Amino acid sequence: MSIRSNSNSVQAITANRLSDGYVIYLTARDNWSERIEDCQSAPDAQAAEKLLRQAQRHADNGQVVGPYLFKIEHENGTPVALGRREIIRTRGPSAGTDLKQPI
Amino acid sequence: MYRYDEFDHAFVAERVAQFSGQVARRVSGELSEDEFKPLRLMNGLYLQLHAYMLRVAIPYGTLSSHQLRKLAHIARTYDRSYGHFTTRQNIQYNWPKLEDVPKILSELAEVEMHAIQTSGNCIRNITADPLAGVAADEIDDPRAYAEIIRQWSTLHPEFSFLPRKFKIAVTGAPNDRAVTRGHDIGLRMHRNGDGEPGFEVMAGGGQGRTPILAKTLREFLPVDHLLSYLEAILRVYNQLGRRDNIYKARLKIMVESLGVEALGELVEAEWEQIRDGVLDLPVKERQRIAAYFAPPGYDDLPGDCPALDRAVADDPRFAAWVESNVHEHKQPGYAIAIISTKPHGGIPGDASAEQMDAIADLAEQYGFDEIRISHKQNLILPDIKKTDLHALWQALENLGMGAANAGRVSDIIACPGLDYCNLANARSIPIAQRISERFTDIAREREIGDISLNISGCINACAHHHVANIGILGVDKKGTEYYQVTLGGVSNENAAIGTIIGPAFDEWQIADAIETIVDVYLQQREDDEKFIETYQRVGPQPFKEKLYASDQAR
Repeated sequence: MSIRSNSNSVQAITANRLSDGYVIYLTARDNWSERIEDCQSAPDAQAAEKLLRQAQRHADNGQVVGPYLFKIEHENGTPVALGRREIIRTRGPSAGTDLKQPI
Repeated sequence: MYRYDEFDHAFVAERVAQFSGQVARRVSGELSEDEFKPLRLMNGLYLQLHAYMLRVAIPYGTLSSHQLRKLAHIARTYDRSYGHFTTRQNIQYNWPKLEDVPKILSELAEVEMHAIQTSGNCIRNITADPLAGVAADEIDDPRAYAEIIRQWSTLHPEFSFLPRKFKIAVTGAPNDRAVTRGHDIGLRMHRNGDGEPGFEVMAGGGQGRTPILAKTLREFLPVDHLLSYLEAILRVYNQLGRRDNIYKARLKIMVESLGVEALGELVEAEWEQIRDGVLDLPVKERQRIAAYFAPPGYDDLPGDCPALDRAVADDPRFAAWVESNVHEHKQPGYAIAIISTKPHGGIPGDASAEQMDAIADLAEQYGFDEIRISHKQNLILPDIKKTDLHALWQALENLGMGAANAGRVSDIIACPGLDYCNLANARSIPIAQRISERFTDIAREREIGDISLNISGCINACAHHHVANIGILGVDKKGTEYYQVTLGGVSNENAAIGTIIGPAFDEWQIADAIETIVDVYLQQREDDEKFIETYQRVGPQPFKEKLYASDQAR
């Protein structure tokens, strides 16, 4: 599942890790991190397409599942997700029995 | 309770070995995700927002203490120490690791359980009346038939790639507690003029974006012909169901476009070819399976129970629980106890590993080792002596599961919603929590009385919001969650689809809106009318006027 880039916004790449399905982000060092703070941001459509191709190679190698682009913005230099769905993916469930457990 | 025979054990073990190999090949890179996805879905493994999710079938919602303890053990060992019970009488684990799933399936096989056909375009877990075998109004226990259908439908070679998923529900009672008309096929038992049992076969029900109630395809099907007739329906659907458009692929769309009479003719023609053949149930085989569901060894008890009456008189909180959570049992001196998974502010359907273990112990101590899961996401102990009810309730109170709210406004059905689900557009759980926190006063809940309130986080309607008296549907409007309200849905034998009351509410308005709806009902109510009766008498207008009064003022 790939979402095509949107030229008007800053974007980053997210996916799920194959081994446990956890949410991960593509970093500037071409690896993956569980922290959105580590994500590589793409300021324009061209950079976004490049990131997506890079991420797809990781998916083809079987390390990650379903990479796609999503919109971010920077708050005091830190990337944060935009839109409810991506915010929840970043932070984890807003309610749940498992919140008593460390994520 | 049904027990696996040698064939069942070997079959499930083989399946676990097969999936273990598939996972190993996925991890080694031999299989791509595109190749692996249909294989994992066939074994109930989804990839959700934050992690994998494993959906385990609880056939017709019946569990032994031994099985429930295993579910607790899996939660503790491989997940985050809890499980989520669903409207299809399944349990879902939200955080399993891929490499652990074969081990989980092996552990499930040890207690005669699996996750086969809990996903995919096949015949899903067969659901049944959660009060099967103990309800006073029952003609026959539907679980024997559900088990027969389960055996026939499991990995049925002809029906493993249907146009879309296919759901079957069975009830043996005239009072429908299994939402039979909300399923692709609903089976409701009747007796014919000669007193013989048979099924009314209803077809083409479903919820989702096009909610439709199943229509009667055949008024009376003798039980001997159950499988051949189902096979005929599935054959017609498999051949004529649409595969070009996922939104038009369910049987309900076919029934709508063909008409139920035309479908009936096609089914009858197909049935003529196969009836009286190998699929017709030999009486002996039916009796063999039915014997697994024979009633336990009840004591011969009087119907009246002075000890219970005294406890009810002495303890108003226990009295409230008995009033809402205890059902009549067919056997004198016994009762059916509903264990609510919905404390005020809690998460509907969730139970911790500790709670599951403790309920398994209580079932063993008081209830012939049996537990049921209801489509309302509650647990049920079906065989409790009336004399034990007070001790049981005290134990449940200590577990945080003594809420006296079964069938009340805080007995909310909620899907996992956008907090967990990849398909969801809006969160369900926090909305359920906020609403239930508005109704913490037991006296007020009693005053409101019987009502159903269901919340789905998207149009797929896993929480059955279309057939709730008050339905809430989460929608996304430009990245913001809104909640659309429907009123007038009914899920029982008088099933009805609710109608949208007006513009949606945001996440901060929705609990107020629900309180307003309840207040309008209490103002409009005559005598001891239930919510749905008042709504059906007065219609939507008084509710609309109050809900959107400020809009009209503008």
